[in-house]
Amino acid sequence: MSAAEEVVTEAPAVEAVPKRAMTLGYGTSLVVLAALILTPLFVKNFVIFQMTMLLIYGLAVLALNILTGGSGQFSLGQSAFYAIGAYTTAILMEHFNVNYALTLPVAGVICFGAGFLFGQPALRLSGIYLALATFALALAMPQLLKLGFLEHWTGGVQGLVVTKPDAPFGLPLSQDMWLYYFTLAVSIGIYIASVNLLRSRSGRALMSIRDNEIAASAMGVNVALYKTLAFGVSAGITGIAGGLGAIAVQFVAPDGYTITLAISLFVGMVVGGVGWLPGSIVGSAFIIFVPNIAEGISKGLSGAVFGVLLFLVIYLVPHGARQVALVAQQLTAKLKRN
Amino acid sequence: MSAIHLRLGAFAAALALLAVSSGHALAQKKYDVGASDTEIKIGNIMPYSGPASAYGVIGKTEAAYFNKINAEGGINGRKINFVTYDDAYSPPKTVEQARKLVESDEVLLIFNSLGTPPNTAIQKYMNQKKVPQLFVATGATKWNDPQNFPWTMGWQPNYQIESIIYARYILKNHPNAKIAVLYQNDDYGKDYLKGFKDGLGAKAASMIVIEESYEVSEPTIDTHIVKLKATGADVFFNITTPKFAAQAIKKNAEIGWKPLHFLNNVSSSIGSVIKPAGMENAQDIISSNYLKDPTDRQWKDDPGMIAWNEFLDKHYPEANRSDSAVMYGYIVAQGIVHVLKACGDNLTRENVMKQAASIRDLEIGGLLPGIKVNTSPTDFAPLAQLQLMRFKGDTWERFGEILSGDVGG
Repeated sequence: MSAAEEVVTEAPAVEAVPKRAMTLGYGTSLVVLAALILTPLFVKNFVIFQMTMLLIYGLAVLALNILTGGSGQFSLGQSAFYAIGAYTTAILMEHFNVNYALTLPVAGVICFGAGFLFGQPALRLSGIYLALATFALALAMPQLLKLGFLEHWTGGVQGLVVTKPDAPFGLPLSQDMWLYYFTLAVSIGIYIASVNLLRSRSGRALMSIRDNEIAASAMGVNVALYKTLAFGVSAGITGIAGGLGAIAVQFVAPDGYTITLAISLFVGMVVGGVGWLPGSIVGSAFIIFVPNIAEGISKGLSGAVFGVLLFLVIYLVPHGARQVALVAQQLTAKLKRN
Repeated sequence: MSAIHLRLGAFAAALALLAVSSGHALAQKKYDVGASDTEIKIGNIMPYSGPASAYGVIGKTEAAYFNKINAEGGINGRKINFVTYDDAYSPPKTVEQARKLVESDEVLLIFNSLGTPPNTAIQKYMNQKKVPQLFVATGATKWNDPQNFPWTMGWQPNYQIESIIYARYILKNHPNAKIAVLYQNDDYGKDYLKGFKDGLGAKAASMIVIEESYEVSEPTIDTHIVKLKATGADVFFNITTPKFAAQAIKKNAEIGWKPLHFLNNVSSSIGSVIKPAGMENAQDIISSNYLKDPTDRQWKDDPGMIAWNEFLDKHYPEANRSDSAVMYGYIVAQGIVHVLKACGDNLTRENVMKQAASIRDLEIGGLLPGIKVNTSPTDFAPLAQLQLMRFKGDTWERFGEILSGDVGG
């Protein structure tokens, strides 16, 4: 948490906003985009599935990044919003036969509402107290999903099986590949919207709250409104990620959305670099692939190995992928000058 | 000596079946991905980390057992390559690991993946891909559904089988009983309750005087017990997980309610339930089992247990021998070895399912005497027998004959 706090307190407020601080340069962005578009053409379906999950968790990390990196509020409850999104999509698809693409905006809106409402009491809390309150939400969610009177819709402990959509218009794509490009399109849309949000007037208001709440309110920023809005937006994006996750995994069950997920997302944000949106995908890669690597090193001690790797990352690059990118940028600049 | 004791007759029958079904193709070797002249690749998914990690022991026992088989020359000359992954009991992770096993590692089948939610998450995928999801490690009844899911097969006696056995016992010995049922409000509790009602049949409505449920999140179930006592019931069916089972046994003694007490075998552990509740409070409770309790003195000289001890000494010395999960892994690993042996040189996924669905009276070291594995193309519940037992002194005493209660999902 110290790394996050450092960023929150040390980030130069004025310089943080203009371009680059939040995003990648155009050239780099295009290269990353090209890689994301072309790679699936050359790999197995299983890898495509993993890349889809990479994007989905990337979105969820991005949402947390907006909340923590943008407005400076902590949340350990993102798994709850992810679950609400996933269940919204699953229930709409399976009980109401709604098209999968249409369920995502619904999931987003419902989660925005849930996040906005949760943001109200959260206003009275700050720092670690807010983290604890959201932690409680994450703990409660799997049990709420098992409640008897919801069981008709949620399927209780058994969960719901979701049908994977085929590619539309008879496109010659496998289900996995179509879902990947679909997710990619949604992700790019949300990424661009998020960058614009943080660069806009609202984004500056959020960051001013992050840097100094009293100064922000003195300048006329409606602190309460913007804080709850940040919660709402973050929850909404997480909900869309949850909905996509439900479609990709083809199954929702309370056990998939425990506090472990919330903590994973938090880890992903810190590893990717707090407040640096492109880092979200790096963080997402960390939480998906590093446990597999850890398991490969030692089955019995996979948790411990993961811990050691995480510790190394935090110790060597406390600002996560953002720091690595910054160093790389400086190096290339140096090379160019020479 | 092989740990599997095939009956001679069954063996001959299996041979005959093989000969008839494959005819001249017997000499011809047939493989799907994951099998070759030298190797059979088996996938497995276990919660080595996370909330259910206590069950990870099952995967370790299985790996140890396959090491033993390989050290003895493998299955028909082929070594088993056991690829086991961790899913932390999280369904999304299970899907990822199952896809990795099938599409990247290219295993012949996935064997004994653990947990009802994780297995539900991959069931559709496995059946679409037509890859066997064999002997899943969960007690839910729904795995016995060959019609809709011909590539998925259960293993242990499911919850409904168990409660049907209690119901039959009650009908026979206490036809006028007034029954109180306490169950955990989730799929496990409801599965038991359904089996129990099915077992009582038409008399269920008149015999069951109260069905009380509790939530896992409740700190104590004392109030429920008091309510059950107030109904004046003389039979108590206790469908609870270990912590609550211990509370119920203790509370019963405290308030002086002494019904005929049936305890589901989920909570029959002496160490984690009976001892905390007090041995004296647990006298005469009835439960059931299908495998030998390794801590039970009566098996000291049993050949099956001697083989078990030899296996653990040699291949898994650090195992906790009082952990029934070790015994569970040992038994189910013998089951898959039997199926793969029966496949002969025809190691296609289709033949694996065919052989798995034609097990006749297989006896496995570790199962209670008389309990046999049986399957057919319409019966995907390999173990469907249990023996009743009563708590006496400081141990369970088995009584009566082996009972069965086959049901479909």
